[in-house]
Amino acid sequence: MAYSLNVNGRIHSVDVDADTPLLWVLRDVIGLTGTKFGCGVAQCGACTIHLDGHAVRSCVTTIESAGSSAIMTIEAIGSTPKGSVVQRAWLEEEVVQCGYCQSGQIMSAVALLNANAMPSDGDIDDAMSGNICRCGTYPRIRAAIKKAARGGSNTGNGG
Amino acid sequence: MYAFEYHRPTDVKQAAELVAQLEETKFLAGGQTLLPTMKMRLAAPANLIDLGQVAELRGIERSADTLSIGAMTLHAEVANSADVRTAIPALTELAELIGDPHVRNRGTIGGSVANNDPAADYPAACLALNAAIVTNKRTIAADDFFQGIFATALDEGEIITKISFRVPSQAAYVKFRHPASRYALVGVFVAKHADGVRVAVTGSGANGVFRVPEMEQALSRNFAVAALDGISVPAEGMSSDIHADAVYRAHLVGVIARRAVQAAASSRA
Ligand code: FES
Ligand code: FES
Repeated sequence: MAYSLNVNGRIHSVDVDADTPLLWVLRDVIGLTGTKFGCGVAQCGACTIHLDGHAVRSCVTTIESAGSSAIMTIEAIGSTPKGSVVQRAWLEEEVVQCGYCQSGQIMSAVALLNANAMPSDGDIDDAMSGNICRCGTYPRIRAAIKKAARGGSNTGNGG
Repeated sequence: MYAFEYHRPTDVKQAAELVAQLEETKFLAGGQTLLPTMKMRLAAPANLIDLGQVAELRGIERSADTLSIGAMTLHAEVANSADVRTAIPALTELAELIGDPHVRNRGTIGGSVANNDPAADYPAACLALNAAIVTNKRTIAADDFFQGIFATALDEGEIITKISFRVPSQAAYVKFRHPASRYALVGVFVAKHADGVRVAVTGSGANGVFRVPEMEQALSRNFAVAALDGISVPAEGMSSDIHADAVYRAHLVGVIARRAVQAAASSRA
């Protein structure tokens, strides 16, 4: 079936079966491989994208239901104001270990900061609870989110 | 995941027609349970009927004594609704505690109630708030609706359209959640109505959500933590798994119920 998707501000026409989850369309059809396949069954958050600004798991988002929504992936998040601050904070805090979970982590962090500019530790724990990091980078993720919330200033490690 | 046909009706009538015509159907609400289940090949419907385009199933309506929430309303919408917060703040808190943001951005109240997972949060709210489960065919009282783990009074092909909660004078939901899954190991919803108190427990019952009549009677006489002195729930009938055995769960029900009463009693009347 033919679908037209708005991904990162561009319209993509794709022809896939109606039962194809969005993650596969993004990676295998459109070629945006920054969004990761972790578990494929809504357990890990590696596949997190934004649908109309909200963090969702693309492995359990049907292509039909994504239809008219604005889809944003890790490839474009850095061109948004909060996204660029978050990515910079991620680099400065050297959050990443193996990196596999990190595009999902960043998408969840940006969704959090867009909704809540100054999150508490509790807010951060809740917002990030759907993203698992096998390398255990959680303390640095929290520090980087705090740094980004402060606008990326370099005051202490905030952990 | 096995292959399936995907259908996207735009009103309840179309959805009901589709389910009548097709074989091996399943309704898809937010997909936060059904899609992972299908991917793990534990469910293999031949036809998936997505209710996401059915506008009449969405929205929140408030009257003096009821709060009605459309079946396809997202957990995040309930959590952020000013009407819900004004009418039943305990329901706001419950919605904020469901899963993680990803789940709340996709998951729906109707999906949760229809699935009746033994550790889901909304079934406890339905029982304690004496809710009416409204379907495309009839209205079912919450007390008759939940019929055991993953079992409900819904007929094949019947569609929940909305849930109408009775607005209590005071209420609270307290949840002891599993830190990884964020499902309730024990969740207790306590609600004080003009005609008495209702106490509903999720996460613990071997038969799913249940009420605790002994606590309800004591609290109806005196809505205070002290009213629960000497009252406990037996370990028989509790579920038991690697996370918590039946004895521990029974104990937790007592502890969490007391916390819920305390929170409800100090909430604005
Ligand atoms: S790949 Fe989607 S949650 Fe793991
Ligand atoms: S950095 Fe390796 S899984 Fe998170």
